[in-house]
Amino acid sequence: MSVSRRTFLAGLGGLGSAAVLSACGSSSDSGSSASPSADFSGKGPITFAMGKDTTGTLQKIIDGWNKDHPDEKVTFTELSESADDQRTSMIQNFQVKSSAYSVLAVDPIWTAEFASHQWLLPLPADTDTSAYLKSSVDAATYFKKLYGIPFVTNAQLLFYRKDLLDAAGVGVPTTWDEMWAAWDKVKGTSAAKGMSAYSGQFAKYEGLTVNFSSAVASAGGKLFDDAGKPTADSDGAKAGLQAIVDGFAKGYIPKEALTYKEEESRQAFQDGKLMFLQNWPYVWAKAVATDGSSKVAGKFNVAPVPGIGSGTGTTILGGYHLGVSAYAKNKASALAFAKYMASAGPQKAWAISGSRAPILTSLYEDADLIKQMPYTPTLKKALDNAGTRPKVHNYGDVTQAIQNAVYPALGGSPAVDAALQGLQTKLEALAS
Amino acid sequence: MSRAKLSSEERKEERFAYLLLLPTLFVLALVVGFPLILSLWQSLFRGASGVDPNTGLVEKGDTFVGLGNYTAVFTAADASGQFWNAFWNTTFFTVIGVTIETVLGVLMALIMVRGMRGLGWVRAGILVPWAIPTIVSALMWKLIFNADGVANSLLGTQILWTTEGWQAKAAVLIADIWKTAPYIGLLTLAGLQTIDTQVYEAAKVDGSSPWQSFWRITLPLVKPVLVVAVLFRTLDAMRMFDLPYGLLGMLDSGKTLSMLSWYQAGQSRFGEAAAYSLYLFAYICLIVLVFVRVLGADIMGTQKVERKKTKRSRKGIGRGDDAGSAAAAEKVGAVTGGAS
Repeated sequence: MSVSRRTFLAGLGGLGSAAVLSACGSSSDSGSSASPSADFSGKGPITFAMGKDTTGTLQKIIDGWNKDHPDEKVTFTELSESADDQRTSMIQNFQVKSSAYSVLAVDPIWTAEFASHQWLLPLPADTDTSAYLKSSVDAATYFKKLYGIPFVTNAQLLFYRKDLLDAAGVGVPTTWDEMWAAWDKVKGTSAAKGMSAYSGQFAKYEGLTVNFSSAVASAGGKLFDDAGKPTADSDGAKAGLQAIVDGFAKGYIPKEALTYKEEESRQAFQDGKLMFLQNWPYVWAKAVATDGSSKVAGKFNVAPVPGIGSGTGTTILGGYHLGVSAYAKNKASALAFAKYMASAGPQKAWAISGSRAPILTSLYEDADLIKQMPYTPTLKKALDNAGTRPKVHNYGDVTQAIQNAVYPALGGSPAVDAALQGLQTKLEALAS
Repeated sequence: MSRAKLSSEERKEERFAYLLLLPTLFVLALVVGFPLILSLWQSLFRGASGVDPNTGLVEKGDTFVGLGNYTAVFTAADASGQFWNAFWNTTFFTVIGVTIETVLGVLMALIMVRGMRGLGWVRAGILVPWAIPTIVSALMWKLIFNADGVANSLLGTQILWTTEGWQAKAAVLIADIWKTAPYIGLLTLAGLQTIDTQVYEAAKVDGSSPWQSFWRITLPLVKPVLVVAVLFRTLDAMRMFDLPYGLLGMLDSGKTLSMLSWYQAGQSRFGEAAAYSLYLFAYICLIVLVFVRVLGADIMGTQKVERKKTKRSRKGIGRGDDAGSAAAAEKVGAVTGGAS
C-alpha cells in the first residue's frame, strides 16, 4: 500500500518559515479499513491527557487512583487551555503513532474525526453505560460503536433577568416569541435603558455553530438527518436561522452580538445590558459575585433555552469523554482508569470543584451538588433534551462551512433561503 | 613557474575554505533544503477525503495528483475562492501597510536623529511597540477594537471592528503599522547617523533649503539602508499570521496565505497546505528579486560596495559617505539578524 511519506515533515510557511517544521505523520501503513483489534490487555503505567485544570482537583482525583493502583500509575499530561490547541496536540501524537497519551479527554466534536481515523479504540461492546446520561453516551458514539467513557458534560441555559420579568408581571418565556413579548413590555421602562433583549454567541467562531445548531434544533429542525445526509435547507433549519436573523433585524439582538464570544456576552449580561442570555452554566458563578463585578447579582435566574415556533428549546451538548488511544500501551489499565473517572467519587469531586456538570444520572439529585449549583435541576432538563453538533469526520470543514454561510446571513444578506441553499450544496460536497 | 605555483596554492586554500564551509552547508541543507524538497514532494499528493459508508472509517492512503493542488486555485471554485481571498489580503496588507510604515518610520528616524532633550526617552518610547510580542499586541488591539472598546469611545463611533468587512482590514493595518513602523524607524536612524554633518553644512552654504537637503542628500544617502529595511518588512508582512489571527480569528477579511496554509494543514490536508506555502514562497522570491534587481537592495552587506562607489561618485558625492553607507548596511545586517 501507500508508503507513509508523511512520517517526515512538511515545511510550512514562507521564506523564513520554510524551515518551520510541523510533524505530520501519515495515517498508516496498514492500509486496511478494518477496525484495529480492540484488545484491551496489558496493565502498567499510563498517561492521561486533558486540557488545563485550573482547580487542581484533577491531580487529587488521579492521586486517589494511584494510591490504590501502585503498579498502574497514571501521569497527568496537562494540555493547553484552548480546545483547538488540545486537538492539535492530540492529532500530532496520533500521526506519529506516539504512545505518549494513553487516555485522552475528547470533545464531542472530535469523536467522529478521531474514530474515523482509527486513532481511538472502540470500547468493548459489553461496556456498561446505564449509569451515564444518555446524551453523553450518545456524544461518544460513532457508527454505533462507543469510543469513550463520558467524563463531564455541558449544555447552555437561558439566563434571564428575574427582576425585570417580575416588574412586568410576565412568566419565564418558553419560546422566542414570548421572549420578545416580555421584552416589549419591559423596554419602555427606565430599568431597561441601554439594554437589549437577547444574545448568544454570534461572532464567527465555533460558538456560532453552537448557537445556530441550537436554534435549528429548537425549531424542530436538523442539519443532518439520521442517515447522516445534510438537510440544511429543510424548513426546520430555515425557521431556526430566520428567528436569529429576525432578532437582529428587529433589534432584539444587539448588533454588537456579532462580535460576542462566550466571555463578551457574559460581560454584557453582567453589565446589565441584556435581559436574556444564552450561555454555558459557568456564567452563574461569575454573575452571582457580589464584589461589584456583576451588576445583576441576585437579579437573575436560569431556565432551559426557549423553543422556536412549536419546537422545544434545545441546546447543544459540550463536555468531554475519555477515549483510549489506539497507540496506547497498557490498554487494560487505560480502560479501567477511564471507568474510575466516571465513578461517583471522582465525578462528585470534579463537579463540585469547578461547578461542572457530572455525567452520572444519580448525582443530579445530590444535595451537595444542588447546594453549590442551584441550577442543577434546570441543567438536567436541558441535558435530557440536548442536541449534538454534526457527527462528521471532517467536522472542521463542516463547522467552517456553517459559519461561512450563517455569519453573513445574520446581517440580512444573503437572505435565509439563499444562505441555507448554499450551505446545503457545500455540505453535500463535503459529505461525498 | 612561480605564478602557477601560487595559483595552485590558492586553489588549495580555496578547497580548504570550502571544506570549512561544509558543516554550515550541511546544516543549511538539513534545515532549509530538506524541508523545502519534502514540501514540494508533499504538495503533489492529496489525502483521501471520503469515509466508508458502512463503517464510517476514513479511507487510507494518499493519491498522486501531480500539479493538481496548484491548478486547483485556478479551476476549483472553492479552492480558488479561498486562495485568492488570502492572496489579495496578503498583498493588500503588505503594500498598504509597508508604505505607511515606511513614511512614518522615516519621520520617526528624522525626529530621533535630532539631538534634543529627552531623546533617550523618545527613542525608547518609539521602540516599545516593536518590543511587544505580536500575539500580545494582537490581543491588546482586540480589546481596543472591542464593540465597547477604547477605539469606539474615542472616535465616538459604533463600528464593529472585528466583523467581516473593510473595518476588519483597517484594524489589522492600524495594529500592524503601530507595531512595525518603529522597526523601519530604528534601521533608518542607524543609516542617518552615518551621514556626515559636513555634507549638510556644505549644502547650507550652497543655499539649499531643508526640503532640498532631504530629497538630495538625506534620502539618497539613507537609501541603501532604507531599501533593506523595507525589504525585510515586506517579507515579514507577506508571512503575516499572528496579528490577524489574534485580532480577528479566522475571519475571511483578515485571512492571509500563511493562515490559509496553516488551516489546511490543521484539517490534515497537507498536500494543499504545502502547495499554498510554496505559492507564498514563490511570491516572496519574486518580490525579493524585484527589490534586488530594481531597487538595488544590498542584502549581502558590503559585497557590492565597489559598484555603489562608482555609482555614487558619478553623482558627485564625497567618498567619506560611501564608507558610511557601507557601515550602515553592515549595521542593518547586524540589527536585522538579531531581530529575526
